[in-house]
Amino acid sequence: MYSEKVMEHFANPRNVGEIVNADGIGEVGNAKCGDIMKMYIKVENGIITDVRFKTFGCGAAIATSSMATELVMGKTIDEALKLTNKAVVEALEGLPGEKLHCSVLAEQAIKAAISDYYERAR
Amino acid sequence: MNQRIVYADNAATTSVSGNVLKAMMPYFTEHYGNPSNKLYGQGKYASAAVENARIKTSAALGCTPEEIFFTSGGTEADNWAIRGVMSAFLQENKKHIITSVFEHHAVLNTCAELEKKGFEVTYVPVDEEGIIKLDELKKAFRDSTALCTVMFVNNEIGTVQPIKQIGEICREKGVIFHTDAVQAVGNLPIDVNVFNIDLLSLSGHKIHGPKGVGALYVRKGIVLPSLITGGAQESGKRAGTENVPGIVGLGTAIEDAASGIPERTARLEKMRDRLISELLKIPETRLNGSASHRICGNVNISFGSIEGEGIILAMDLKGIAVSSGSACTSSSLDPSHVLLAIGLPHEVAHGSLRITIGDETTNEDIDYIIETVPQVVGKLRNMSPVWKN
Repeated sequence: MYSEKVMEHFANPRNVGEIVNADGIGEVGNAKCGDIMKMYIKVENGIITDVRFKTFGCGAAIATSSMATELVMGKTIDEALKLTNKAVVEALEGLPGEKLHCSVLAEQAIKAAISDYYERAR
Repeated sequence: MNQRIVYADNAATTSVSGNVLKAMMPYFTEHYGNPSNKLYGQGKYASAAVENARIKTSAALGCTPEEIFFTSGGTEADNWAIRGVMSAFLQENKKHIITSVFEHHAVLNTCAELEKKGFEVTYVPVDEEGIIKLDELKKAFRDSTALCTVMFVNNEIGTVQPIKQIGEICREKGVIFHTDAVQAVGNLPIDVNVFNIDLLSLSGHKIHGPKGVGALYVRKGIVLPSLITGGAQESGKRAGTENVPGIVGLGTAIEDAASGIPERTARLEKMRDRLISELLKIPETRLNGSASHRICGNVNISFGSIEGEGIILAMDLKGIAVSSGSACTSSSLDPSHVLLAIGLPHEVAHGSLRITIGDETTNEDIDYIIETVPQVVGKLRNMSPVWKN
């Protein structure tokens, strides 16, 4: 049911963990629904120099988190804000229909972390 | 290095045994005649084989062959039993069904469908161990109750229901008693007369028979409307040319399963209990269902702070096939109705793992599962934002 790419990211997720002095932290989802994604970003001169995630959820939730971190790593904040769930799905070579919400959560988690970064910078 | 492959989802389905396959084969190629045409050899052979399978099936349940009707499986048998009884009692204006909250969807969705058509259903709750509450069941009876349907063994948590007592209560109240015994046949000794069962559903593929064949036992005297109209097959109750190889396979499978119950139970219980006690050593882990009223092959455990689909995928990467009651293994957002029914919060229900061992499971397989589960759980917990280590 999952693409090889999804299974590869599930088996070897990239950028798992936390950032102790993160510049922004975003958390979306809830345990009741079975998905929580937490993203940590480190920002220097408007560039995301590090990004880490922790996810409670299904295989698609873990794979989309992993892929989303890869897609924004080293990007400018402006570029990262343009991340779409569609881009995450494409990079994973597709997701089953009932799992598309995971890619939306991944997009939202990145954006929540950036939003937190702006809040802190204010 | 070859990875060990362990199939531990025997409550979902089982392999066709060598003995069953051997019994079936001639009915594909040699005795392929239509059982309705008994005037020549092939037809005679096929017809005799179907009747022989009926005898074997009835022997496993303690009923007569005339009380066995072959179907396409457990779901069809459940549908027929419930819809059939309710339609038969329509004239008497008996429109009430009693069932439990944690039935298989074959029963629950059939009841839900009937509710839409104006029938009334009482869903009796279960306790935290996953046993139906008999006092609540007794209170559910009405003058309009036509049918009580309660599963013999729960398919997710393996709990054995007090079928004999339910049968007695139903007999006393004059209500027809149906049980979905798909998970019980071959695991527990069954006698429909001892248990006061009026209708019983069973399936072939859970007991090393083929998929696509099952049966409904209908106590003599209960007249169900025909499920499928057409020819005279199955006493005209379920028309259509018989699935002869499938029926032969079911007959052989049920005979084999019923003959070795005590040995099988002893062997599997030992492995099951070792699995449970070892897996419960993992922190923040709980056994779902009863420790004592439990089918011999079932283990169902929840692991805090992780989600079931991830567990299944990670186990599959290690060559182990298991299942879960997590929402992500279905198309709904809710986790298993069974785990919610025994009082698990959503987040705990999401992290459940069902391991169902069977005849082909070895002690080495159990060792490998015991070795693998903590690795998988550890890896997923390290990734989980809600896990506090």
